[in-house]
Amino acid sequence: MSDQPKIQLTDVHKSFGPKVVLDGVDLSVAKGESVVVIGGSGTGKSVMLKSILGILRPEKGSIRVDGQEVIGMRSRDRDALMLKFGMLFQGSALFDSLKVWENVAFGLIQGRGMDRAQARDIAIETLASVGLAASAGDLSPAELSGGMQKRVALARAIATSPEIIFFDEPTTGLDPIMADVINDLIVKCVKDLGATTLSITHDMASARKIADRIAMLYKGKLIWVGPAKDIDHSGNEFVDQFIHGRAEGPIKMELRA
Amino acid sequence: MNFLATVGRVFLSFLAHVGRLSAFTGTALLHMVRPPFYPRLIGRSMVEIGYYSLPVVGLTAVFTGMVLALQSYSGFSRFAAEGAVATVVVLSVTRELAPVLAGLMVAGRIGASMAAEIGTMRVTEQIDALTTLSTNPFKYLVAPRLLAGVVMVPFLVLVADIIGVFGGYIVGVYKLGFNPTTYLSRTWEYLEPLDVISGLTKAAVFGFLISLMGCYNGYYSRGGAQGVGAATTNSVVSAAIMILVFNYVITALYFGK
Ligand SMILES: Nc1ncnc2c1ncn2[C@@H]1O[C@H](COP(=O)(O)OP(=O)(O)OP(=O)(O)O)[C@@H](O)[C@H]1O
Ligand SMILES: [Mg+2]
Repeated sequence: MSDQPKIQLTDVHKSFGPKVVLDGVDLSVAKGESVVVIGGSGTGKSVMLKSILGILRPEKGSIRVDGQEVIGMRSRDRDALMLKFGMLFQGSALFDSLKVWENVAFGLIQGRGMDRAQARDIAIETLASVGLAASAGDLSPAELSGGMQKRVALARAIATSPEIIFFDEPTTGLDPIMADVINDLIVKCVKDLGATTLSITHDMASARKIADRIAMLYKGKLIWVGPAKDIDHSGNEFVDQFIHGRAEGPIKMELRA
Repeated sequence: MNFLATVGRVFLSFLAHVGRLSAFTGTALLHMVRPPFYPRLIGRSMVEIGYYSLPVVGLTAVFTGMVLALQSYSGFSRFAAEGAVATVVVLSVTRELAPVLAGLMVAGRIGASMAAEIGTMRVTEQIDALTTLSTNPFKYLVAPRLLAGVVMVPFLVLVADIIGVFGGYIVGVYKLGFNPTTYLSRTWEYLEPLDVISGLTKAAVFGFLISLMGCYNGYYSRGGAQGVGAATTNSVVSAAIMILVFNYVITALYFGK
């Protein structure tokens, strides 16, 4: 079936103790599509990505990747499934015991058994595409600035040319010009590699640039999903408030005096 | 009723811990014997445990042997049994003191650093990143450390046996005035292979327990720097207690009849 969605979430629920984070999320991402998830801080965007990756286990619902159910999957099958994925973590999550280039080449060497010299060449190439010099490859992650770490994490996520790439706030902490370079790079991944991407961002300029479709998460549900070009006339007051960054509106920030 | 509820809760949480530790141990053992293996990582752990612990274990052993000779000489002279000093030293060191003291020293040095390293990887999402790169954290992080512990602690204990006996010899010959040849022949006279073998068995078990506690506490640590600190403390305390308990059990199995 060619019209089978690449990723399909059906009625996904996830709580931490009494705290309900995902409360019935439905989303379907087609092959080669780029979907951006927006939503307030702490609404569960990262939890949603981690649930698809099997890092967190939802209590209820179904998550299918290429038609294959991933909730409750055995660890060996999951290792195989993960070969399709690349993930940029919000906090970068670089391996601090390895050099920068070894981080980028990790999926090639460990996941695919490529020899180190060849993997190193690809790593250096990928680093160049995120604007880092080859000399940075021999540093340790702790020697990099926050924005440089983010770019290394991005390089690690795309180095294996995966079919599906998740970006958790790829441009947070970057200067505006570098942010735009990264946006172009993400668009290029989708166009050139035909990758399917699911991204999280707070940066509306970035969302407009990389998204085919945008979904907004609020109170555990996707309250609006639509084409990126419709974002400015969604007819949804929650979305309007969010994209214009207004303090007044239906979304109340939970502040305590 | 309240009291019973508390007791019940404590008991249940204890059972939950035991269950989780058993599952962890089972999974770790499975991954120790199933490929792929990581020789590079096993080597690194072996150097870390075996080579870098040599000074502290050697120092412990030499002073233990020395004080043992001194104590048994002054004690045994009360019933004119000074001649037994060499035998007492070699038996105590090989059967008991080398494995237990080396085990405790290594638990402080290695268990703590494993818990801190793996715990930091947990709270900075590096362990999650491993799984998204198709690498099983049990294989990559836990199995090499367990293997290195099982192999290298016996090596350290063998070294401690030799150095401990040497410490006793120094005090016996240069301070207590034994004839060097007599002291050495006394050392060998009543020593049986089982004395050394039982000590090395203990060492292998202790090495396993030290690595297990370090990895387990690190793997399940949560909540940032404080959580990692707690994991470090727990790994040392729990490894020390298990060493003492298993020391008795193994002694009873070997010599209990
Ligand atoms: N491992 C966890 N244990 C307990 N609670 C968690 C855990 N992970 C996330 N949460 C909770 O789930 C909620 C959603 O977290 P999540 O990280 O998904 O937010 P987010 O939408 O990505 O926010 P941000 O935009 O700030 O990154 C938060 O309230 C958080 O406290
Ligand atoms: Mg997040």
